[in-house]
Amino acid sequence: MPSTHPLWQLTITRFREFLREPEAVFWVFAFPVLLACALGLAFRSQGQPDVLAGVLSGDGAGEMERSLTSAGGMRVRVMDRYEADIALRHGAIHVLVIPGDPVTYEFDPSRPESRVARYVVDERIQNAGGGQRAVQATDRPVTVPGSRYIDWVVPGLLGMNIMGTGMWSVAFSVVQARGRKLLKRLMATPMRRTHYLLSHMLSRLLFLVLEVTALLGFARLVFGIPMNGSLFTLAGFCLLGALTFSGLGLLVASRAKTVEGVSGLMNLVMVPMWIFSGVFFASENFPDLMQPFISLLPLTALNEALRGVMIDGTGFAGVMKQWGILLTWTVASFGAALRLFRWQ
Amino acid sequence: MTAVRCRNLVKRYGDVLAVDRLDLEVRRGECFGLLGPNGAGKTTTIEILEGLLRADAGDVEVLGMRWERDAARLRQRLGIQLQETQLSDKLSVEEILRLFRSFYSQGPTVDRLIASVGLDAKRTAWYSKLSGGQKQRLALACALTGDPDLLFLDEPTTGLDPQSRRQVWDLLRGRKEEGRTILITTHYMDEAQAICDRVAIVDHGKVIALGTPLELIASLGAEHVVSFAVREGVQLPAEPTLLQLPGVRRASLNSGGGTLIVSHLHEALPALLRVVDAPDPFTLLATHSATLEDVFMSLTGRQLREA
Repeated sequence: MPSTHPLWQLTITRFREFLREPEAVFWVFAFPVLLACALGLAFRSQGQPDVLAGVLSGDGAGEMERSLTSAGGMRVRVMDRYEADIALRHGAIHVLVIPGDPVTYEFDPSRPESRVARYVVDERIQNAGGGQRAVQATDRPVTVPGSRYIDWVVPGLLGMNIMGTGMWSVAFSVVQARGRKLLKRLMATPMRRTHYLLSHMLSRLLFLVLEVTALLGFARLVFGIPMNGSLFTLAGFCLLGALTFSGLGLLVASRAKTVEGVSGLMNLVMVPMWIFSGVFFASENFPDLMQPFISLLPLTALNEALRGVMIDGTGFAGVMKQWGILLTWTVASFGAALRLFRWQ
Repeated sequence: MTAVRCRNLVKRYGDVLAVDRLDLEVRRGECFGLLGPNGAGKTTTIEILEGLLRADAGDVEVLGMRWERDAARLRQRLGIQLQETQLSDKLSVEEILRLFRSFYSQGPTVDRLIASVGLDAKRTAWYSKLSGGQKQRLALACALTGDPDLLFLDEPTTGLDPQSRRQVWDLLRGRKEEGRTILITTHYMDEAQAICDRVAIVDHGKVIALGTPLELIASLGAEHVVSFAVREGVQLPAEPTLLQLPGVRRASLNSGGGTLIVSHLHEALPALLRVVDAPDPFTLLATHSATLEDVFMSLTGRQLREA
């Protein structure tokens, strides 16, 4: 394609406009890296997290505290009833131990960390009381790269970033151009409409390379994120994902006249995917009834494919279904955008 | 040879008839002005001719071609400047022109375009850093990128200071000397008088007068205009009385004042002073040579800028 080709000129123009918006550059490159940092810190894998336990003051409280703190990994506080209620409500202690016969454990069973704490505390108390185990067992903590939360969340962040930047950068610039009557001005030239829409998708691909490299490079250097599958397949999915979401961005922006108007639509499309598509927590948490719909969402497909390739080393054959879903969304959204698009 | 021809053009927006059976013929090589107040239907008309709007009825032929059949070929030969387009803030003059140039199969180089509108010193400046006049000149350069036979310009000097307006006029005269046809809309009388070979005065979607600026002014049958206003309580004579005065061709009154179009100022003025019978009655008494503004006023009873 010669440098005077309109598609090239349109694409390079989009690229320049984007690079000249410092805020946009921050959201695309710095934000996902900062987010990965924050999540990495919150879920850092330094062995087991401490169990937070409370002991109700009264007879035997001191002795109970001593036996619980005999080994590490537990932070114990003696407290009165009033303090204990507040601490339980706020999650400042996971479990409250009431000494006596029998010993009573108070905890909220809907909090996973409380259920765990109950068993850890019980085990210590049984051991201190000389309890014998029927079956001997031993622990092996698993913190190898590939099975930590950060390994799971980075592909999701990557997917979310491809969605967010793809949709925002396309929709924002289209709506702005429409508001400034720039679209109408372009329509008064011999420019082809498909060239204009394609240039938005192509300029996204140029950024994608930088964006994905920034996030994955950072995650690899700092957290040692694994890359178990083919880089080629990963690149293919990033590419297709970027096309899918720029197509959706065009569709969302096909009629909106103001940035405020398109923001609402954008949230309508993106927020459900943030929640359902397994960015921060697995989409398996939602009821079975919803699973077929969730699995058809483009971000779900992209996240599944990215995780499969990065963590499990799945080959292309294993993620064909996701490829098909993304391809369908791309073709459908681009086609619909071309039809619905309002140029003036 | 005809550059633009349209017949019986009609365009409605809901209940509003924006263009009402309008006929127009623009000859090749001339600069033709559509002159009228805001809301007269000028922009709607020019956008139909530009192929950006579809008319509800009527027949349009541009450079001997039709939009339904020859849109792609027509686009290559037209240069268009819309009313109030804002180009991308963060692109330079050079980058914007290179983009526009890529859409056309022929035309001058970007360097020549920049030179032709006098923006050499601003070639790497961002659009957002340009003055209003420089933005308009860039918009004109964008319209010229395809070396067009026909230029459509919709209010190219609106909002510009007098000096910038004159610069744009000079540029347009230069393009006309190159043999291009220009169709321009404006609500400035002096603009139409300064650059147009022929002018169509448009009001309520219709052409109400057509001719060279001089012909239109001559149609008033007089060369001078007397405007006057009187103090409160001063009784003015009725219009027929004013028409009887020597040298007066037309007379119109409004509350507290009026306008006379006169052929012989030296007779009309003393006569007017005689018929207004009060001590020191005038708060305004001024005369000027007739302009297109007065033509519009005598046709519609309104002033262009207020209409």
